[in-house]
Amino acid sequence: MDLFPLFNSLRVAAISTAVTFFAGIFAAYYIERLPRAVRGVIDVILTLPLVLPPTVVGFFLLKMLGPKGFFGMLTGWKMAMVWYSAVFASIAVAFPLMYRTARGAFASFDHTLRHSGQTLGLSNTYIFWRITLPNCRAGILAGTILAFARALGEYGATSMLAGYTPGRTAIISTTVYQLWRTGDDGLAYRWVAVNIAISVIVLLFLNFAEGRRRNA
Amino acid sequence: MHDNAALSVSIRKRLPGFTLDVAFTASPQETLALLGASGCGKSLTLQCIAGILRPDSGSITLGAQVLFDSEKGINLSPQRRRVGYMFQNYALFPNMTVLQNVAAGVRAPSRDEKIAAAKCWIETVRAGGLENRRPLELSGGERQRVALARMLASEPKAILLDEPFSALDDYLRWQLELELSDTLRKLGLPSVFVSHSRDEVYRLSDKVCVLDRGRGEAARDVRSLFHAPETLSAALISGCKNYSRAEALPSGKIYAPDWGAELTVADKIPDGLRYVGVRAHFVRPAEAEGENVFDCEVERVVDDVFGTVIMLKTAGGDTGYSLLRAEMQKETWNSLNSPEKLRIRLAPRDIMLLR
Repeated sequence: MDLFPLFNSLRVAAISTAVTFFAGIFAAYYIERLPRAVRGVIDVILTLPLVLPPTVVGFFLLKMLGPKGFFGMLTGWKMAMVWYSAVFASIAVAFPLMYRTARGAFASFDHTLRHSGQTLGLSNTYIFWRITLPNCRAGILAGTILAFARALGEYGATSMLAGYTPGRTAIISTTVYQLWRTGDDGLAYRWVAVNIAISVIVLLFLNFAEGRRRNA
Repeated sequence: MHDNAALSVSIRKRLPGFTLDVAFTASPQETLALLGASGCGKSLTLQCIAGILRPDSGSITLGAQVLFDSEKGINLSPQRRRVGYMFQNYALFPNMTVLQNVAAGVRAPSRDEKIAAAKCWIETVRAGGLENRRPLELSGGERQRVALARMLASEPKAILLDEPFSALDDYLRWQLELELSDTLRKLGLPSVFVSHSRDEVYRLSDKVCVLDRGRGEAARDVRSLFHAPETLSAALISGCKNYSRAEALPSGKIYAPDWGAELTVADKIPDGLRYVGVRAHFVRPAEAEGENVFDCEVERVVDDVFGTVIMLKTAGGDTGYSLLRAEMQKETWNSLNSPEKLRIRLAPRDIMLLR
């Protein structure tokens, strides 16, 4: 059994989780400072990929990143049908989970901690990294795991943007589909087992993080 | 440590429901109390001084340093104001140990200096031995000590205390109050202290500014507020339980319609007299008829911890302020054999004339 889809899935999920982690936290943190009306609109836009069918997200991504898409034309870079295309697709669908969980964590943060840090003369950067973030860590950890799980389970947008090329863009989800189509049930079962095993581990982590969040 | 900059505040801010409008000056060595019911704007005033909240207009100065001035467009960040703020819940950083909390406040370039100074401050507030504990593992009193150490470590030039004892139980409160008042005296910094407890304010502060729904009265000496309040809100907040509307009579007496009584008073009747007040323990039983003596019906008797509270219905009828509250020692009340009517006397010198 060629393990490339496993490696590729983990690579794509890890990279997109890392990007989502920072982007989600900063979006969640700064959106609180925006005027209410603007906040509402941006909030809808950032959460939309969570509720749209992945094929719709994939369609938009192709229209933007494809060879004839806006960014594709602008930069001339190849952003569709390569392994890292899956990273773009995963970021788009995982981002709302990270963003919304982080926002919830920031909303329940006790602002007197920030204010007391300010009156003590601590810089806002120090307060963010050393006080706000650590005290929201349980929520942020849960968001990160959710984002990772979503990125790992991504199929629709990825199959449109990255396609399925064995040894190049194949990930577990697209491989299972391909094996079913070609009638190779035996191998398909094996990949299904791998996928379930990873998912169980991720969910155990999530329960652990949620438990800590409740205790905190 | 002794810095001789006074803290002057004169601010206005529109808020949902009311407008905050306060002005006062706290000299060095002086503790000024903001006294008022909850939700009257006391904490908001502190937040404006600290720079957490921006007033609509006015100015805040600390000696020659302008912290805020709406006309000159100055609004220093909280970090640059050097105003220490002790929050009601102490706001210790839960993710840091006691030592890290205090060290975070120290304004020193190197880590070693921060740690050394923090250890020193922890000893000063008698919290030695707690260095490696986290805030959640501390008792209320220990948290207050650590919060004090952290605030002092940042070398503030003025101090703000928001209900510093509200999170503590009675016994501890008394001890920490003594410690805090010693510390404040030693520091000699202007300090503003927020409380809704008149007892705390009486014991801890030199001057007091009464806040009523955002409106601050002129700050005055704390003793004079309690012994000779000039307004109804000041009288009520100083613990006066009885008041009536009042009219000055040509005879030099006053008439209290809510009590249905004509009263002789000792003080000069001020211009704009609107109310009279009498403290509950100055409503005393009388034997014979005479000046300021009148009969009341006993409406209700409440047995309190150390005394008896008697609610008396005056001749004033059914208006809202007609009931008089008298408080006396249990023995005094018991010696009267639970009467249905009580003759009382309000001594002229006990009657407060209020605007």
